[in-house]
Parts: sequence; structure tokens; C-alpha cells
Amino acid sequence: MNKVVSLACGIIFGIGLVISEMINPEKVLGFLNIFRDWDPSLAFVMIGALIISTPVFHLFKKNDKPLFSSSFSIPTNKEIDKKLIIGSTLFGAGWGLIGLCPGPAITSLALLNISSIIFVLSMFTGFYIASKLN
Amino acid sequence: MNIVNFTPLSALSGGLLIGFSVALFFILNGRMIGISGIASSVLVTKDKRVDNFLFLFGLILGPIFYNLISGKEIIISISNSVILLIIAGVLVGFGTKLSSGCTSGHGISGISRFSIRSIIATITFMIIGILTVLVKGFL
Repeated sequence: MNKVVSLACGIIFGIGLVISEMINPEKVLGFLNIFRDWDPSLAFVMIGALIISTPVFHLFKKNDKPLFSSSFSIPTNKEIDKKLIIGSTLFGAGWGLIGLCPGPAITSLALLNISSIIFVLSMFTGFYIASKLN
Repeated sequence: MNIVNFTPLSALSGGLLIGFSVALFFILNGRMIGISGIASSVLVTKDKRVDNFLFLFGLILGPIFYNLISGKEIIISISNSVILLIIAGVLVGFGTKLSSGCTSGHGISGISRFSIRSIIATITFMIIGILTVLVKGFL
């Protein structure tokens, strides 16, 4: 059942990225362009997502376990360290250069766009380099 | 500053679907979605590899389902500079792996949990993203 849920949640998430247009780098760059022609739309993507995920998380984390798994797996790292700040800085720079973050990048592979494919391959290279450093 | 291309309704509806997916994944599978984490673990660990792979495969099916249901074509506009795509892709992959999260993992799942770490990460990548677009505009 876990596997069906994973696939279904991926599909729902992917459709959400399409409808919100977060899959479109031009839209993302418009959101980040606050000092010139600003497109505030993507703030509403975050609001929409958070008003569902926040109450659900706080209501259900009190349960003994999830429906199809033996326990909840919630990140426990609370450290504000160099890795967090440097990593987020590098990510922000890459995000602002092209307008793609990991979810929309992978979702956009469906469009068979050569630029998306180059970006995703480079992103996986970045994952690999960082995991070797750790 | 001028407000342009503002589409709050489609942004909000898409956001609600994303929130629904995060909520469902937590209630049923017990995990908080973070796409950089899911994608990088497919590459580097065997733990939950099939689940993670299926989630990513689902993401790619998303646009195809959307197209079949709505009949609408999905149009995106993306840079075609190979150098820029490679630099940005490596930065996004390396940075999200180093800070253990991206727009979904820190920006949605982490903020849902009221994680200070994720709030700081989100503010950081937002500010740097804004500055990058600002600087790029002068070049």
C-alpha cells in the first residue's frame, strides 16, 4: 500500500506544480523579481500548501503510527549550522539563475524539454558530489 | 516595483493540491515530503528506494495526467544556455543536499512543523534567489 501512496502522492504533487505554474521557470523568476516587475503568485502556492499541511501535521503526529507504516519518520535535526546556511545560499543562487528547484525540475521532465533534462542531470551530479563530501 | 502576471487563484489551487499531497503522505506513509531528499536518496541509499522512485515517477506522470484530464497544453519558458543550466543544476543539487532540503522539504514540510531550521533555510534561499535575479538583471 505504501508504494501506491507514494505514486499517488507524486502524481497529486506534480499536478499541483503544473496548475500553480511553479513548473514554469519564467513564473518562478517573476516571483523572485521583486525589485522590478513582480509576480507575487507563487506566495499563494506556499499559503495554499501550508494551510493544509500544517494542521494535518500537528493533528496526526500525536497518533501512534501512520496508517500504512510502523512509525512516523520526522526530521530531528535542529542545528542551525554552516551546512544549513551555505547549502541554502548555494541553492538560492541556482534557483535564481534558472528558476527551477528540485520538484518542478523533475516534474518538467514529462515535457521532454532538453533544458530541463540538462538541469536535472546536473542537479543529480550536485547531489552526488555533496553526498561524497559528507 | 510593478505587479505583473498575477494569478492568485491558480497558484492557490495548485498550492492546495501540493499541501494535500504532503498531508496524505504523512498520514498514510508517515513521512514529510522533501523532494531533494527523496531524489538524492534514490541516488545514494537503498533505504525506501522503491517508494522514493515511485514518488518521483508520479511527479513526472503529473503533467501527463493534467494534460489528459484538462486537454490543455503545458507551456514553460526556460533558459537554453547550457553553461547556465549546468551551473544552476549543480548548485541546486549540491546546495539542497548540503542543507538537507529545498522548497518542499524546508519551505513546506519544515515550516508546517514550525522548524526554526527550516524557516531560516527558507528565508536564506528566498533572499539569495531574489538577489541573484536582481544581479542578473544588471548583466
